[in-house]
This record gives sequence, C-alpha cells and structure tokens, in this order.
Amino acid sequence: MSEIIKHIEDPVLDIQKLSIAYNKDKYAVTDVNAGIKRKRVTAIMGPSGCGKSTLLRAINRMHDLYSNIVIDGKVFLNGEDTSELSAIHLRRKIGMVFQRPNPFPTMSIYDNVLAGYKLNGIRLKKTQRDEIVEETLQDVTLWDEVKDSLLKKGTFLSGGQQQRLCIARALAFKPDVLLLDEPTSALDPVATKKVEELLIKLKKNYTILLVTHNMSQAARISDFSMFMYMGELVEYGKTKDMFINPLDKRTEEYLTGKFS
Amino acid sequence: MFKSEKITKIILYASSALIVLVSAGIVLSLMNGSIPAFKEFGLKFIISNDWNPTEGKENYGALPFIAGTVITSFIAIIICLPLAFSTSLFIGEYYRGTRLAGIVGTMVDMLAGIPSIVYGLWGFYVLRPLIVDLGLSAQGYGIFTAGIILAIMIIPYATSISTEIIMMVSSELKEGAYSLGATRKDVIFSVIIPNARSGIFTSYILAFGRALGETMAVTMLIGNTNLIPRGFFDTGNTMASVIANQFGEADGLKLSALITIGLLLFVITGIINGIGKLIIKRM
Repeated sequence: MSEIIKHIEDPVLDIQKLSIAYNKDKYAVTDVNAGIKRKRVTAIMGPSGCGKSTLLRAINRMHDLYSNIVIDGKVFLNGEDTSELSAIHLRRKIGMVFQRPNPFPTMSIYDNVLAGYKLNGIRLKKTQRDEIVEETLQDVTLWDEVKDSLLKKGTFLSGGQQQRLCIARALAFKPDVLLLDEPTSALDPVATKKVEELLIKLKKNYTILLVTHNMSQAARISDFSMFMYMGELVEYGKTKDMFINPLDKRTEEYLTGKFS
Repeated sequence: MFKSEKITKIILYASSALIVLVSAGIVLSLMNGSIPAFKEFGLKFIISNDWNPTEGKENYGALPFIAGTVITSFIAIIICLPLAFSTSLFIGEYYRGTRLAGIVGTMVDMLAGIPSIVYGLWGFYVLRPLIVDLGLSAQGYGIFTAGIILAIMIIPYATSISTEIIMMVSSELKEGAYSLGATRKDVIFSVIIPNARSGIFTSYILAFGRALGETMAVTMLIGNTNLIPRGFFDTGNTMASVIANQFGEADGLKLSALITIGLLLFVITGIINGIGKLIIKRM
C-alpha cells in the first residue's frame, strides 16, 4: 500500500516550505516539505527543468554563490537551522558530488582526497593523512586501483574512477549527508554500475540524497523516492511503493514513460 | 556561379600573399640595411657601449640601448604585475558579471586605447614634475619615469588576458571547492590561481613584449643619453627611443647601426611573443 510520506522520525534533513526563485517571479522550486531518512538513499527524480538540482543545491547553500537567487523556507540539518550556520561550516558537514567528475587537475590523487582539509587550512600529521587517504579510497573501492599511483594527477584516471575519487573527496570529512547531482550522467554503463554499487554500500554509514533523471537508477538503488514536476514535490514515498503503485497521475505518467 | 567562386578565391589568395610579401619585405630590408654595420662591427655591436658618431672616429655599439630597453621593461613589469593581477581577479572573479566589474573593465580597456604620444605628454607635464618635486632626480627624466609610464601602458594587456584566463577556470572546479567548505580566498588561491597559472604568466610575458617596443612615450621621458644607466633615476635610451631620436639626421654607417638595432628589437620581441603564444597553445 502506497502512501505519501508526511513525517519522518528523527530526519537528518528537514526541508520546510522551501521555495527557490532564479528571478523574482520565476520559481524553480515551490513549497517543498520533506524529511530525509537517516542512512538511506533517497532519490529525487523528475523531468529536466523540474527543479530537482535546484532543490539539492539549496541543501548545502550552493545558491549563496549567486546573488540573484531568492530562497524562502528553511532546511534543518539534525535539527539545526542551516541558514543560521555559516555556509562554510554547513558545507563541511554536507558532501557534494557533481554531474561531471571534477577532481582538481593541479592536485595529485592523494591531495584530491585531502582537498577538503587543505582548503580549510586543517593541518594533519603525515600518518593521519595517510590513514584518511587509504580509508576513504577503500570506502569508495578505488584503493586497489590507485594505491600505486597516489601521487599522479587525478585527471589521469578514467571518468568512473574520477567520479569515485570525487566521492572520496566529499567523504573524507565524514559528512552527515552526501548530495549527488546526477553523478553517473557522464559515465558509461560499467562505470555507472560501479558507482551505484558503491552508493548502496555507502548507505550503511551515510545518508545519501541522489538527484537522477534515470528512473531505473532510482529503482535500483534508492529506498525512498521523490518525484518533482515543475518545481513541485508531487509525490514522496518508499521507492518500491511508488514504482508499483504511484498515487499521483503525473507520477504514473512519468514512470510509464508518457513524458520525460 | 563558378566565376564568382573563382574571383573570391583570387581575392583571398592575393590579399594573403600581399601581406606575406610585405612582412617578408620588411624583414629583408632590415637585414639588408644592417649589413654595413654588421660588416664593420660584427657581433661586437651587441656588447659594445660606445656610441660615437664623430666623423673619422665612428663607432657604434648597442649595449646601452639594449640595457635601457631591458631595464625599463623590467621596471614596468614589476610595477604592472601586482596591479594587473589584483585587477584581473577583481574583474574576472570577485565582481564577475557585475556592473562594477564592467565599469572597471571598460576603464582598463580605455587605457589600451590611449595613443603613446598622449601618455608621453601626460608623463612630461604631470609625472616628470612629480618626480622632480619628490626630489628623486633633478629634471625628472630617466629610466624610472619611463618605466612608470610603460607600466601604465602595459597594464591593460596583462589585465585583460589574465582576466580572460581567470574566467576560463571552470565553475565546476570552483563549485567543487566551495562544496568542500572553501572560502572565496581559498578558491582563488587553491583552485583559480593553480589552474590559471601558466595563462597568467603568459599575459605578463606578452605585456613585457609590448613594453620592449614602446617608443614615443619612452622617448619623451627617458632623457636620451647614450650611456648605460647606473641607477634608477639615471637617464638613458631604449632601442626604440634611440631610433626615434636619431634616425632623422642619420646616414651611412649610423643609419645602418640604427637599422641593426631595429632588427635586434624585432627579433627580441618576436622571440618573447613566440614564447607567450607557445605557452598559451600548450594550455
């Protein structure tokens, strides 16, 4: 039996009445309310332009970088109002992975993993650094592939390896939440499969919020799904329920491929 | 139909050929004109600092002018560097896309449009008296004054190329750094500068190349003495300014010596620009 989720007990993230506009009158996201379940994969899907990436980027306040974006509503991280935190602190607690792999081309693989520490001016002992690099690369199943070339530039890796390196970079800080914005859209099927397997493995320790335009990806790896359409959160429920028995007509039409 | 195609082709070929001919012609006539001086002095021309046009004792060496050119250009690039660097970050990153950046960018571009003679005039009536008032030199002429004017003249070149390079650093990389909790300053120093480094460096090389060849403003301010400058406020001459100053009354061996200086200047700026373009291509 499907149901629209109204309430999640002890959510990591709690999105309340969130609206986002790129121009004063043009809302990309309207009045989204949702709690995000701890240590689960939650997928946000919908056709392009539905506001799913815009919603994701509001969570670590990436919109702060662009002055013309207007945001109403609140996002709470573990009960704390994120707008009261400094964006710098907030982003250390929330990792982000982007559509196209973007390892820093001037840094080695080793330094890419530690980029968060370096950028924030946090000094570590060599042993600590080595430990974090090995542990994090193990976590993203990249260690065996790169352990002999840690000092090479990250851009020498294949696309899929680069993307896993970017996930490592985001995880090195042990964030509370990992945001992924269509992380496999630039990858081939084999690399995509590896990233998907990795995400399933990672949910043991991390809360994952995944934007995807790929329904079958959402079906394969997510526990909960949101369907967005024209800036509105149309439906939010357990992935299994939603795919079998969508409640809203628009969700059903999307899932059955009537539009994309 | 075919005929117009043919005519178009002929026009394109003819124009390109003409340009190739003109530039080859310039190089050839410079080489040809420099033959007498080369025959007389050989490579000593480059290392000799004697410039004596007295008939019978004629002797010409380019070293004072090579030194003057290199020193003024270095003064210029050293003054230009911090200003152009900060301005390009201001326009290309900090206030990118804002009206303020637009205004500053336009002002910088305007600097590039001011004719050399106007810079010279301004230097003569404003900068030179200022140097005198500050007690730096008696008459205000010299390599330092010329260097400052050169710096102002090359700032727009260094700034506009650096700005473009800085703006080319992908927003994906910058967002990647921001998402890790980086501040604006961190992003500038850890992402933008490392990624734009070689391009920024190139912009200074190209600006340096421009400084080497600037003529009019330098000629009006450098003091025009044929000696190697010994201090910052000494007078001197650059390769370009000695030609501008003396070509009118020159003939025979002296004219050939000036042409040789011109050829040398051409080769040096050519090499500098070549290096700059090579680095840009490699990026």
